[in-house]
Amino acid sequence: MSGKRGLFFLPTLALWQREMTRFVRQRSRIIGALATPLLFWLLIGSGLGESFRGAEVEGGFMRYFFPGTVVLILLFTAIFSTVSVIEDRRDGFLQGVLVAPVSRASIVSGKCLGGMTLAAAQAALFCLAAPWAGLPLDGAVVVRLLVVLLLGGFALTALGFVIAWPLESTQGFHVMMNLVLIPLWLLSGAFFPARAGTWTEWAAAVNPLAYITAGVRRAFYGDGADLGLVPTFGAAMTVTLIFAAIMFVLALRVVRRGGPESR
Amino acid sequence: MSAAVETNDLGRNFGPRTALSGVTLSIRAGEMFALLGPNGSGKTTLFRILSTLLVPGAGTARVGGCDVVGEAMAVRHQIGVVFQSPALDPQLTVAENLRWAGNLYGLRGGELVVRARAAAEALGVSDRWADRVQSLSGGLQRRVEIAKCLLPRPRVLLLDEPSTGLDPAAREGLRATLERVRRDSEVTVVMTTHLLEEAERCDRVAILHRGRLVACETPAELRGRSGTDVAVVSGPEPEALAARVREIFGWPLLVRGERLRVEVPAGGEAAGRLVSALGAAADSVTVGRPTLEDVFLDLTGEPLCGEEER
Repeated sequence: MSGKRGLFFLPTLALWQREMTRFVRQRSRIIGALATPLLFWLLIGSGLGESFRGAEVEGGFMRYFFPGTVVLILLFTAIFSTVSVIEDRRDGFLQGVLVAPVSRASIVSGKCLGGMTLAAAQAALFCLAAPWAGLPLDGAVVVRLLVVLLLGGFALTALGFVIAWPLESTQGFHVMMNLVLIPLWLLSGAFFPARAGTWTEWAAAVNPLAYITAGVRRAFYGDGADLGLVPTFGAAMTVTLIFAAIMFVLALRVVRRGGPESR
Repeated sequence: MSAAVETNDLGRNFGPRTALSGVTLSIRAGEMFALLGPNGSGKTTLFRILSTLLVPGAGTARVGGCDVVGEAMAVRHQIGVVFQSPALDPQLTVAENLRWAGNLYGLRGGELVVRARAAAEALGVSDRWADRVQSLSGGLQRRVEIAKCLLPRPRVLLLDEPSTGLDPAAREGLRATLERVRRDSEVTVVMTTHLLEEAERCDRVAILHRGRLVACETPAELRGRSGTDVAVVSGPEPEALAARVREIFGWPLLVRGERLRVEVPAGGEAAGRLVSALGAAADSVTVGRPTLEDVFLDLTGEPLCGEEER
């Protein structure tokens, strides 16, 4: 017999590959994840730009809002890549994976790495437009961007996985998205900066998305820039790494506990 | 021969509902085995426990000598599981699905391609190799699914209601496929079913009723269980017929719609006696050996049919 332990590397690769193939074959997902934030950026950015004035947002609102839009793309792509968990369960596909001699860590890893790749790639694509927003790209910026997009993409996919796994329908998922994730994003500093001494300060401090937004902002501006309460790149990435690790462990736990049909 | 599947006093509750209780059975290696019962009989619960998807609440189950809870991974290495709805990705092609599934079992490279080709060939789907699964009919999808499950060469093939959603021709094809697979690859086949004709053609049948195992024998043994034959009498006034049969013969009977089902002594004289006793009151009288349906009715007091799949 080929051993009593679950397989890890090959199944992880296979699960990752399937995410890629599916994404490419569902063109609407590419458009949805990229076009919505782009529209947000253009419409809200230019519409609010006139009425939005503050010391922190020199360079105009379009420039301020750009990193937030990158995070929105990251969030949308990562989270929606985990909707397939619910679809796979409904279609019976997931059962086929669960009865295979595949380690449960491999199921979580394949999914999270897949979502991470898609999210980071889409966000990176959008980042190519940064120079037009007044945010020049150079080697250091690109490296920092890749770090935050990959790490953030992984963490958000793992978060989506934890939300999606126990759900039986995709409706519940959209409720979570609108009620929890969008508000978290709005308070992350993506839309307006947190102000010292107000409730937005602690809202940003306990909001994991705020550290991803901070990471993207610092990736563009560098640690030297005065960005008010925004933490340094290193600090933001440390918190994001811890967040990703916690989400991964939680995802592993929900998988080991079994889906909604096993109760 | 050793047991391919063994359960001991297996039970499982869902909240206050008992889905399975005290099931002890043993399936020999190489057997074609049916778990027969209507919906809610516990057969799907048993299927899910054997395929490691559900943890039993009581008792133990071993597949290929390994415990489904403590050695779940070792069990997964030995089983192929065919679900009611195919566990295929409709957006991937047949080839991609097979390759993908092989990867989950640690198969790769040239060997995987050879095996996938051979499995597709054996199941008659090789001409659809490059087609997306969503373009295939239900019968073909089921065959791709079985090809997929046979790739890693399982010792036990578990199937949940394999003929659900198939037309009669596809059912017949599936049956032939399973017989060939069992012969060629010496795999033990265990299937759940609520169809008598499907159970009838297995080596042994376990009858489940309300979560309990009420019989586990060959179809012939099951039919031979009752020393009686079964007569079906039809007529315009079944109640009157029933009263007459009770009065004259005292045989146990059931009225079902327009018809009367009577347990008569075996031997073949019953038909003549019924005809002469009932005369013109009966339109027709047929006597036969009991079918599995009759046996099921005898054992459980309830008919098997009449319930549709979810």
